[in-house]
Amino acid sequence: MLFFRTTAAVVLVGLMGASASFGLDVRVAVLRVDRTMPLPISRLDLPVDDLGFAGAILATEDNQTTGAFTDTQYALETRAVPPEEAEAAMDALIADGIGVVVVMADGAQLQSLADRAGPGVLILNATAPDEALRNDGCQANVLHVAPSHAMLTDALIQFLIWKKWPRLFLIHGSHPEDMLLADAYRTSATKFGARIVEEREFADAGGARSTDTGHVQVQLQIPVFTEGAEDHDVIVAADEVGIFAAHLPFRTWDPRPVTGSAGLRPLTWDASLEAWGATQFQRRFEKLNRRTMREADYQVWLALRVIGEAVTRTASADPATLRAYALSDQFELAAFKGQKVTFRPWNGQLRQPILLGDGRVTVSVSPQDGYLHQVSPLDTLGTDAPETTCRSFGD
Amino acid sequence: MKALWLTLPALLCGTEAMANKVFVSNERGNSVTVIDSDTWKVIDTFPAGNRPRGITISPDGKELYVAASDDNTVRVFDPDTYAELWTLPSGPDPELFVLHPSGNPLYIANEDDNLVTVVDVKTHEVLAEIPVGVEPEGMAISPDGGVLINTSETTNMAHFIDTGSFVVTHNVLVDQRPRYASFTSDGKKLYVSSEIGGTVSVIDMTADEPVISKIIGFEVAGVLPEWLQPVGVRVTKDGAQVFVALGPANRVAVIDGTTDEVTDYLLVGQRVWQMAFTPDEKFLVVTNGNSNDVSIIDVQRREAVVSVQVGEQPWGVVVAPD
Repeated sequence: MLFFRTTAAVVLVGLMGASASFGLDVRVAVLRVDRTMPLPISRLDLPVDDLGFAGAILATEDNQTTGAFTDTQYALETRAVPPEEAEAAMDALIADGIGVVVVMADGAQLQSLADRAGPGVLILNATAPDEALRNDGCQANVLHVAPSHAMLTDALIQFLIWKKWPRLFLIHGSHPEDMLLADAYRTSATKFGARIVEEREFADAGGARSTDTGHVQVQLQIPVFTEGAEDHDVIVAADEVGIFAAHLPFRTWDPRPVTGSAGLRPLTWDASLEAWGATQFQRRFEKLNRRTMREADYQVWLALRVIGEAVTRTASADPATLRAYALSDQFELAAFKGQKVTFRPWNGQLRQPILLGDGRVTVSVSPQDGYLHQVSPLDTLGTDAPETTCRSFGD
Repeated sequence: MKALWLTLPALLCGTEAMANKVFVSNERGNSVTVIDSDTWKVIDTFPAGNRPRGITISPDGKELYVAASDDNTVRVFDPDTYAELWTLPSGPDPELFVLHPSGNPLYIANEDDNLVTVVDVKTHEVLAEIPVGVEPEGMAISPDGGVLINTSETTNMAHFIDTGSFVVTHNVLVDQRPRYASFTSDGKKLYVSSEIGGTVSVIDMTADEPVISKIIGFEVAGVLPEWLQPVGVRVTKDGAQVFVALGPANRVAVIDGTTDEVTDYLLVGQRVWQMAFTPDEKFLVVTNGNSNDVSIIDVQRREAVVSVQVGEQPWGVVVAPD
């Protein structure tokens, strides 16, 4: 049946006759600060060297394809440094004349880097979820592409309420990050009418992430740990560091679904997503990087697409112009999530749908149907304008 | 082909209405549903490969083209027997394409490689690959066949391509995620839908360069603005009416082609996607992806008069010529 012949005479035609000619050079950097962290439980989640940078390379290709039609050149610098070298790396990038820096760091580090960079440099927060960065500690030169803890926990709790599973058994870890995440779950539960009927802390006792017959012990430990909890519909795990949550599913005392940091997880991206044209996007990434896309890759891609879109619409590479445009009601961006993403002008947080997935399929996407808001249903996720304590974004 | 079709229904109705076959690609059903445009009954269903989406038919009605996205090929079927005749090279994941008004060549948006692939439907050879923006999607061709339009979903441009030289001559920036493009039959205007932007850009083709003359927005009481996502666009031959499928808003907007103002919203099925007129333009057939049916809009009365159950997740539709 297959008759066609491929031909050597295929014409590859060059680009010509661009309508707009900006004559711009846009230089951006991605600065990744690598803390020493415990290794994840599953080998499928082991760190990759090009985390985030892979998304940056794809975004730069995408921006450059568009740039070919507007006479714009995009240049990307990437730096991966330990925490003690982060400030020097930021200084060097700025000294080199770079005015837009995507930062992958924890909240405290991001805060100090943004301070150091100063108001002339536009910082895009790609990974830090801390509420404080968007509220009391907000800084005018930082735009948050990473969702906040509250956006993630609201997304999950909305779904659990839609499912009529309001009784939660919250299990959190013992690290400070786990505490922040647990706080966000408590707030979300109150906000949407769920009830935390039981709370327990899973202490990090250290040790190796995996041993040859580790599952034998875990199979005995988890039932004992979860035994005797108040009647609950689901378990919500708050394990930001990745110490225990992956061990919960199928091992709990009561047969209940696990959500949060394992089982059904709130995610900005998942390699399984195929809706809204995501398949092509996944494939472009996989072809370029020879692995599937992780959340950090997506968030860095999105940060650089924010810049690319702002450059295309403003014909400018000036960080202040790009920031003003991104925060204006003119800005909108398609992000393979079924609706446009925009920034909250009161604290620089990107509004975005949150996926709920188990790592194999995308189960749902929040906001859920029926959660309405006078500005955007996306503002039902996370801190809203009336509650924010951010004061750096006022005109 | 048509003689067979004419006799019985035409006699029953006592009108001169021609019965045409309507072909609907079912994205999830991996099939094409065939509907009779006179009785609006399903007369057949045939397998069409994996994830069939874009669908069109040759001007002589003898070849039906289906983009089988997950097979990375364009399948060509006999519209009478539904036998697969051959396949055409398309590049990975073909979704939308457009035929030259003469019936050859076929211009295919190749999303993965940021290319438009030009395929000779007789020799089955790739004639050219034209670099365009990121994620090429919508395809349209001017009535005289001189200007090919491609929309790129992530670059957010309509690219104007000279079909003689395959050179991109102009790029017009439109709103987010441009999905579909359609010329008026006089070639003087081009409508480009932006799914995520929620708008349709009207591009004036009569000046030295194509320029946006108007951006049309949509508003339906009780429907969240986020769900007003324009996808398919169809213009009547006289240019008087423009129909725009609004995706998850479950509406088709009607636009006055003179003023380019929205005059009506027609309620149809869920996630309305692509559309096709019958040759006499009395009816507009629209696919409803989430309700597994097509709505038949009476163009004069401006309402959906029939709904026909088809396969799973109908995507594209084409009506055979008279």
